[in-house]
Amino acid sequence: MQEQELIPHLFRTEFRKITAVLCKLLGIANVNIAEDIAGETFLSALEIWPFKGVPENPVAWLYAVAKNKAKNYIARDHLFHDKVMPLIRSSSPAGHEIEIDLSAANIADSQLQMLFAICHPSIPVESQIGLSLRILCGFGIDEIANAFLTNKETVNKRLYRAKEKLRAGMVVIEFPPENEINSRLRSVLTTLYLLFNEGYYSESQDTILRNDLCLEAMRLTYMLIDNEQTDHPDVNALLAMMCFHSSRFEARKNANGEMVLYQDQDELLWDQELITKGVYYLNRASKGDSISKYHLEANIAYWHTIKEDVTEKWENILQLFNQLLAIEYSPIAALNRTYALSKVSGNEAAITAAEKLDLTTNHFYFTLLGELYKDIDREKAKENLLKALSIAKSQADKQTIQNKIDRL
Amino acid sequence: MNEYILIFRHEDGQKVASPDQIQAWMKQTMDWVSGIAAQNKFSSGTGLPFEDARVVRPNNVVTNGPFGDIKETIGGYIIVKADSVDEAVEFAKGSPVLQGEGNSVEVRKIAKGDGTH
Repeated sequence: MQEQELIPHLFRTEFRKITAVLCKLLGIANVNIAEDIAGETFLSALEIWPFKGVPENPVAWLYAVAKNKAKNYIARDHLFHDKVMPLIRSSSPAGHEIEIDLSAANIADSQLQMLFAICHPSIPVESQIGLSLRILCGFGIDEIANAFLTNKETVNKRLYRAKEKLRAGMVVIEFPPENEINSRLRSVLTTLYLLFNEGYYSESQDTILRNDLCLEAMRLTYMLIDNEQTDHPDVNALLAMMCFHSSRFEARKNANGEMVLYQDQDELLWDQELITKGVYYLNRASKGDSISKYHLEANIAYWHTIKEDVTEKWENILQLFNQLLAIEYSPIAALNRTYALSKVSGNEAAITAAEKLDLTTNHFYFTLLGELYKDIDREKAKENLLKALSIAKSQADKQTIQNKIDRL
Repeated sequence: MNEYILIFRHEDGQKVASPDQIQAWMKQTMDWVSGIAAQNKFSSGTGLPFEDARVVRPNNVVTNGPFGDIKETIGGYIIVKADSVDEAVEFAKGSPVLQGEGNSVEVRKIAKGDGTH
């Protein structure tokens, strides 16, 4: 690996590992200290590497420095020494010096436990996403700000408040007890689902960053699959859904960064390897006896990987949306169901169904009506699209609607 | 050919850096040092950590520092080979340390010991 690529790569992969292990050791209340020590570790690299060259094994070097810094910190900080250390010591074998274990196994365990801690039900969901990006994914403040289309100060404030919540909630970094895994896993999956959506639907122009967000959400989901105790069918379903959606990443935007709608996408740009992976995890997901919303969404996403407009495809998608709505209503699912209905039963039936939806504050609602009226009543189609245009907020959405009006 | 030491002086050595900043500095410093090394004019160098810094004064007075006492702290140095102080100054001008407001790079010739300096 070239040096120019090595450094950013190490930041991305190692910062979060060191932070997770130290956080696990020092307790969630000391997440700032863990981050500081990880940060100082990289500062040390800055003091040495440019002048002496990059060490042969940079990762081992970073771990050795992180261990020393953590030990120094523990020895030097009085509060730590007197208050926190006895607690840590009592939980480690008697007579042993504090072990800072940066083995692959402990890194994986610490990260998984941190995932559960951060996605604790007592922490607000927006905070969970920010903390996950920072602590579990090692994203810089700049990157988080860019992803959320906000500024650094806002992100810093949000993270500060989120850490306060962690402290106040006295969340313990541990693997949830057997009888709580299911319920705790549910809130972890919600966060990972939102994290993925944040990347997939973000309006940020930074394509690499958006792709990174999706990849990170997939990596964290995979971490759960990699552990026997959390390798549940719904986790596999979620990863399958992410794989299917990601497979269209390249095809969703044209060279100018504008959205390309599903029916207009070039399927040669769809990533077949990710589709294959999605199928693999979808199969693994079908082993249980319950069906989660992730199962349904993964199945819907699967049918979308088949480009041809066969009746079977839309029949299946319609049934899946029906089931999804029964489990959990969402306006977007209701609208998508109506679109599927138009493919199966025709536009007039879909218009009748759509008009019962009462989603008159949603621009997708009017966009859909515009689409459905297109071949039946051009005037009504235009009327609806103009309404959609007037309430759409993002530039990308406005552009998409304008294109539709122009094409009428 | 003489040797010159380029001493990095930081106005605020204790500023906390974000990973992104460290990453950017690392790349810039590496680019800068490699540029000098590529001309076979880099001798050695190192950064100087701010932690565990002490100042020893007469009568066995030892303080943590030098923070607070003086405005500038030394963050590191490199030693370069150059035909003249002007050439060494040209090297110094490229130092990423100078991107920090109030920072400076001091250029000093290293005594040769043979009296030719």
